[in-house]
Amino acid sequence: MTEPLIYELSVPGREGVKPPQLDVPPAELPAELLRDDLPLPEVSEIDTVRHFVRLSQLNYAIDKGMYPLGSCTMKYNPKVNEVAARMPGFLGAHPLQNPETVQGALYLMYHLQEALKTITGFAGVTLQPAAGAHGELTGVLIMRKYHLDRGDTKRDIILVPDSAHGTNPATTSMSGLNVVEIPSDERGNVDIEALKTQVCDRVVGIMITNPNTLGLFEEQIEEVTQLIHGCGGLVYGDGANLNALVGVMRPADVGIDVMHFNLHKTFSTPHGGGGPGSGPVGVAEHLVEFLPGPIATLVGATDEGYPVFDLHKPEKSIGRLKAFWGHFGVLVRAYTYIRMLGDAGLRGVAEHAVLNANYLLSRVRDVYPLPYDRICKHEFVVEGKFENAPGIRALDIAKRLIDYGVHPPTNYFPLIVHEALMIEPTETESKRSLDAYAEILLKIAAEAQAEPELLHGAPHNSPVRRLDEVTAARNPVLRYEHEF
Amino acid sequence: MVYVPHTDDERRAMLASIGVDRIEDLFSDIPQEHRYPELGLPPAASELEILQELRDLAAANLNAYEVPTFLGAGAYRHWAPSVVDYIISRGEFATAYTPYQPEISQGTLQAIFEYQSMICDLTGMEVSNASHYDGATAAAEAVIQALNVFRMKRRKVVIAPTVHPQYREVVRTYTQGMGLEIVGDDDLTRSLEEVVALVDKETACLILQSPNFFGEIELLEGLGGLVHEMGNGALLAVATNPISLGLLNPPGAFDVDIVMGEGQPLGLGLNFGGPYLGFYACRKKHLRQIAGRLVGEAHDVEGQRGYALTLTTREQHIRRERATSNICTNQGLMMLAATVYLSVLGKQGLRKIAELNYHKAHYAAQEIDTLDTFSVVNTKPFFNEFVVRCPAPVEEINDFLLSDYPIEIIGGYDLGRDYPHLQNHMLVAVTEMNSREEIDDFVSALAEDEAHEVIGGHTHD
Amino acid sequence: MIIDENARYMESHEWARPGDGVYFIGVTDYAQSTLSDVVYVELPEIGDRIEKDEQFGVIESVKAAADIFSPLSGEVVAINERLEDEPELVNASPFEDGWLIQIKPTQLEDEWDTLLSPLEYKEVVEAEEASH
Repeated sequence: MTEPLIYELSVPGREGVKPPQLDVPPAELPAELLRDDLPLPEVSEIDTVRHFVRLSQLNYAIDKGMYPLGSCTMKYNPKVNEVAARMPGFLGAHPLQNPETVQGALYLMYHLQEALKTITGFAGVTLQPAAGAHGELTGVLIMRKYHLDRGDTKRDIILVPDSAHGTNPATTSMSGLNVVEIPSDERGNVDIEALKTQVCDRVVGIMITNPNTLGLFEEQIEEVTQLIHGCGGLVYGDGANLNALVGVMRPADVGIDVMHFNLHKTFSTPHGGGGPGSGPVGVAEHLVEFLPGPIATLVGATDEGYPVFDLHKPEKSIGRLKAFWGHFGVLVRAYTYIRMLGDAGLRGVAEHAVLNANYLLSRVRDVYPLPYDRICKHEFVVEGKFENAPGIRALDIAKRLIDYGVHPPTNYFPLIVHEALMIEPTETESKRSLDAYAEILLKIAAEAQAEPELLHGAPHNSPVRRLDEVTAARNPVLRYEHEF
Repeated sequence: MVYVPHTDDERRAMLASIGVDRIEDLFSDIPQEHRYPELGLPPAASELEILQELRDLAAANLNAYEVPTFLGAGAYRHWAPSVVDYIISRGEFATAYTPYQPEISQGTLQAIFEYQSMICDLTGMEVSNASHYDGATAAAEAVIQALNVFRMKRRKVVIAPTVHPQYREVVRTYTQGMGLEIVGDDDLTRSLEEVVALVDKETACLILQSPNFFGEIELLEGLGGLVHEMGNGALLAVATNPISLGLLNPPGAFDVDIVMGEGQPLGLGLNFGGPYLGFYACRKKHLRQIAGRLVGEAHDVEGQRGYALTLTTREQHIRRERATSNICTNQGLMMLAATVYLSVLGKQGLRKIAELNYHKAHYAAQEIDTLDTFSVVNTKPFFNEFVVRCPAPVEEINDFLLSDYPIEIIGGYDLGRDYPHLQNHMLVAVTEMNSREEIDDFVSALAEDEAHEVIGGHTHD
Repeated sequence: MIIDENARYMESHEWARPGDGVYFIGVTDYAQSTLSDVVYVELPEIGDRIEKDEQFGVIESVKAAADIFSPLSGEVVAINERLEDEPELVNASPFEDGWLIQIKPTQLEDEWDTLLSPLEYKEVVEAEEASH
């Protein structure tokens, strides 16, 4: 079951929605500057609606079922957030309007900053970064500038654990710094002895994800932060996995200096098929003056006692990371979510995320090899291979899950576990849906031995079957080719 | 507990299966002195209460769609057909993740493929990625792509002062660790010719904007060849307004290497500045250095056509510290909105929208120019934005329009904020949303402001 | 697994072999099988000077990118242009049609003997396979 391209539905001369008539005298068009052809599709409004509705039905989504992609925190996206973000007063505010005319928007941004500070223990927050990786760039540039501002110009190394997301080393390079990789120990923690051999006066800092990408809490986190601080370096916290800790531990309390938060993970805003995200960054006191800006700031009160907000850029700011102030529409959703949960609700998020992950692990651990046997946090990593079913790989298991109508876990990440299946159920799944997922995983393990070809050929009943990505990469076709 | 579905019985059964007594036992690895801090957030609100609170906050903003607005400067008030929000509101699109499992993500993947095709058609380029965060970050990615084309062996970048000031700032923020020499906008009065003259054989790229920040359409013909020659292959990257491409020659018709810009005009609301859409297109020969996601056509074992993420070895999750960029998201839903917008307006609709913008902007410019003390200063052809020299500080005029005139009007952008030599100059944006009545009101209001000036200035404080 | 008896090897799975007054350089059969289907090969330009152990190119499969290092120092005198359209030659024929570059060595006498013999390379591969 596939859908034609919108271009293939096009009929010359067909019009979609109609713009209004011109109500002013026309000006003369500059003939030499005009294009002679605009090869966009020509379809009607109903063609458009049906095409995109049919496309939507080819997607899997949280609204359809469990989506336990490790490291992605695919929790339920509350619908009240959507109502909030579409309120005309938010949707219709121009970013360059006089601040006096956007006090509602600035109030919301200010109080979201305050809430994120409260939840994480940091002294300052910028809402500007557009995504997690964008927040990482913000954080690393802040660390770099902190050292330079103190006249400490020889630092050029960022330490990155081998279990880290690829964005950590990529961000380091973008910032003009060098990566030194730190191995993990047999418990899945950063190897402290290996770390000790690398701490020196060239270290800008370390980027650490906690819980790490194995879903395990870094048990020596305070020793790590002390070691790094001891050599004058800073500690960057990758907030990808904050869902395990929200309300349970403030990252700043264990010595993290700077950290990004993924509002599209921890704070429930929809992933949108790959964006928009939002990656605010929190920093400890000594880094506040380097934050990108402008930042929503409380500047006084009206005669009637109402607070007055404005936008201010910190004095030694690394500069702006994008146009305007951030993904405001995403900020409205996250603010709504935090306001509806409060202290106890947020703690309940982490507690049930961790409960769900450990429960699902308890259901499958006898069948799926577990490389690091510990209480996990919000996610766990097992291996997608069986001694009694040689030739079966994590990929086969992932694809077979699709046949059962659920979404596969993240596979082949983290890189330090071969055949990794990384499962993050999130707190919004019930015991019933976890049980159903466990049953499917166990059934697939049995199939792997009895009918391996079922797995190798999976998925069998999806809109398309396994695609030939090799040919697609060798001869890339990246756009519709017009027949002129 | 809101959004957590567990019953007490279920919790007990789950803890028993795990083999612990209490949920707290699952957190014993967290340093005890830091476990369970008192947060002190405001008390949790119900859905009914939070919506009331948010309605009050939203109402405290002046809605630019509800009053005559002449403010643009990188974010524009346009009409978005109802279909756009209907489609992007669908949970199948909104609550899906990045399409890593192509078999159950064909909706998102095909939409990206269609988007890439439309951006190529619109810009006249060969390859489009699945989008960047916004126009400003797309400009920064253009610089990084150019650096990668020259394998980081060239470190000079030339950027015209007529590029959006925020784009220029973001380029500097992104590249502050790369040891670049960025020139061109160090003198904000430089002409295009003077900027182009700065290109030399150490230059990785020249960044221009057309229509530029002042609304003016740059003559791109022959410019690419000149830059390539003076810069021994240096790239020419052009930021543009996608609505203008409904009418104007696309940069890709000339010898331009990268075309990018802000896609917000393509059906996205103002949203106080985001989320917007950075569109990005380049030449096929530079495909390996493009950042961000790409979707390509593929076929399954039964020969069915489908779509998948492709050429992913450029990206951070594989190439890590040697990736073309650290970006891993695209602006999925915003990209979808633009795709629906371009579909439902199509070939004829986009042209009409572009013409409405052009004609209305020129009508407004002509009317303003009839005033004694206001004059339009553009010397080149412009699209839907133009510069007005004013008899008083723009801030004062805007205060008058907003507070002292009988109807609230949001005036144009104060260019003096970014260009010291343009104090008292207002950047005025006019789109299809501005009715003739709005434009006439705006001109009348400026005339009244003029009268105030003559009789001794403003009364407001 | 094929090992060319006339070639010398690096632990990172590149080979060098004399022929027609120049030296051919490529990746081994073991390397191509580990990478699986090659979809793209990035090569230097003719005339480039490369040092022994310097990275001179990249081989990509769908899910991986491997840097390629030079066994010898010298000047690049030819690149395998067929790989642009047929990167799969690296899989099909790593020692013959799938060669990557030809170089004119500048320090052959010092460098040749530091490379692994076919027998030594075979041991490297066997050790690597055992660790997986």
